[in-house]
Amino acid sequence: MGSRAFILLAIAVGAAVFGLSLLVHNEYFFFAGYVVLQYVVLATAWNILGGYTGYVNFGTAAFFALGAYSSVALHKLVALPLPVLMVVGGAISGLVGLGTGYLTLRLRGVYFAIATLALAIVVQTLIVNWDFVGGSRGAYIMRPQQVPIVGNYIEYLFLVMLALAVLALVTARAIERSRLGYGFSAIRDDEVAAEAFGVPTLRLKLLATTLSGAFMGMAGAPLPYYVTYLDPASGFSLAYAVNAVAMPLVGGTTSWLGPLIGALLLGTIQQVATVTISSAVNLLIVGLLLVGFVIAAPNGIVGLFEKHWGARRA
Amino acid sequence: MSFPFELLANAVISGLLLGGFYAAVTVGVSISFGMLDIVNIAHPAFIILGSYIVYIVNGSLGIDPLLTSVIMAPAFYLLGAAIYQVYYLSFEKRGQESLRGLAFFFGLLFITEVALVLVFGVDYRYVEASYIGPSLHLGFAILPLRMLVPCAVSLALLGALQLFLQKSFAGRAILAVSQDALALQLMAVSPSRIKRLAFGISIATAGVAGALLIIIQPVEPSIGRDYIGRVFAICVLGGMGSLPGALVAAMLLGIVESITSTFYGPSWSPAIAFGFLLATLAVRPMGLLGR
Repeated sequence: MGSRAFILLAIAVGAAVFGLSLLVHNEYFFFAGYVVLQYVVLATAWNILGGYTGYVNFGTAAFFALGAYSSVALHKLVALPLPVLMVVGGAISGLVGLGTGYLTLRLRGVYFAIATLALAIVVQTLIVNWDFVGGSRGAYIMRPQQVPIVGNYIEYLFLVMLALAVLALVTARAIERSRLGYGFSAIRDDEVAAEAFGVPTLRLKLLATTLSGAFMGMAGAPLPYYVTYLDPASGFSLAYAVNAVAMPLVGGTTSWLGPLIGALLLGTIQQVATVTISSAVNLLIVGLLLVGFVIAAPNGIVGLFEKHWGARRA
Repeated sequence: MSFPFELLANAVISGLLLGGFYAAVTVGVSISFGMLDIVNIAHPAFIILGSYIVYIVNGSLGIDPLLTSVIMAPAFYLLGAAIYQVYYLSFEKRGQESLRGLAFFFGLLFITEVALVLVFGVDYRYVEASYIGPSLHLGFAILPLRMLVPCAVSLALLGALQLFLQKSFAGRAILAVSQDALALQLMAVSPSRIKRLAFGISIATAGVAGALLIIIQPVEPSIGRDYIGRVFAICVLGGMGSLPGALVAAMLLGIVESITSTFYGPSWSPAIAFGFLLATLAVRPMGLLGR
């Protein structure tokens, strides 16, 4: 399938999902659906760096919360439409990704992973000490009741996140099939060899970090309007970091389909488990699935399917 | 207003004591990450696990935290050896340690933390021992025993490990595996067996560090995360596998953190370690005492 056909298909699927969702007259569906879509974006964004180039980012929560807090800060200054806030949040997170990458990506990959772990704690410390956005007390955001054309605000948020998910998936797939994607996988397979063959590894890695961080920030930007009360503990929740790692690894890291499958599956399980059991237990489920999959199914669900079909064909 | 010299001096002293404790927290990572090249980011989670075991034993039987840590060290050793076995078979042998191995430890970190939350809740827990309340007063210097005892234990632990690594056959084999695993294999020693031993020791130190941690401060499941930045900053700054280097780096970080929290407030101290780590990686990635 060509790229243009895929874009049309993705938009058509997105429109169909939204059209069908309008038939549901239950607000809870939109609240739950928003979270699942947000995870589709986060998982896809993580995979652009982690799956394609092999560099592990444990600081998803930092990039995500930076997007969210840039919205809080802007909200206090000027009234801007949500898509503009998302662009700003994405730009800020992208720049932080670039900076972190620039400082650590020239070293071994593991330093980058450790730096991102610590990054989450530092950004959280900064936000906790920054009174303008509420500090450790948190910030309240009044969201409008109605939005022109779409109507209900939660339906609007759902639609925005759906559009972002489509954008992220289309971008990920386009990268996979471009020179950029081949450069990324060359880095993942053998960075020294890639460098020797003239692949500009540092530049490609920085590009991946920036892009990945930007999508995470964009996914975070609407969060204050979704929760209406944002404090550092919830914005920087470890759940984001764990899910962003677990979803692609459970789904499969080599193609755009893996994070999508992983996010839909784990996201839905967590929504159901939060309502029926408890939110701590559902995080335990995610952790166990992550460990189980990396040990037993290195290529995730997509890998399992490929193995199954491959065996049949042979 | 004159410069608060006594305040500064006490901040440096408590920083040294804190740094001594950080050395015990880091020594396990110096072994696993510095020598074995196993990026065990779950190390702080095992430290918290140790704290909770000490808490249970202290609360139900009234046994001294330090004595408990000695008793539970062999159990932690076995836990470490078992984890290494899984890691070796699933990742190291297949050459997948970089992405999936990291994710594996991240999962372990997360599972340990959530399991502790489910069992104990998020309340702060603490232990009781005779040396937790009082302080030594030497002139203007105040030495709380709650800090002094962990620092002394930590120094003893480091000394013992350093002796073990340099004098015993097994210790030298661990150093050998960190230098050249292939050469060790040619000497008819199995690298994975030595690494299992070393990783077991590294997790055993986590148990001891957990006992020290709960003596110093009350513990709740998520504080382990604050230590991830610290231990790796210290380990890298100290020159990866070097124990004396780790001690120097830990003292340095302890002093900087202590001065920051004395003069600017404790809410800033988590950011210090990260600044430390980033500065080290950007300026001197081989560490202070590294070659």
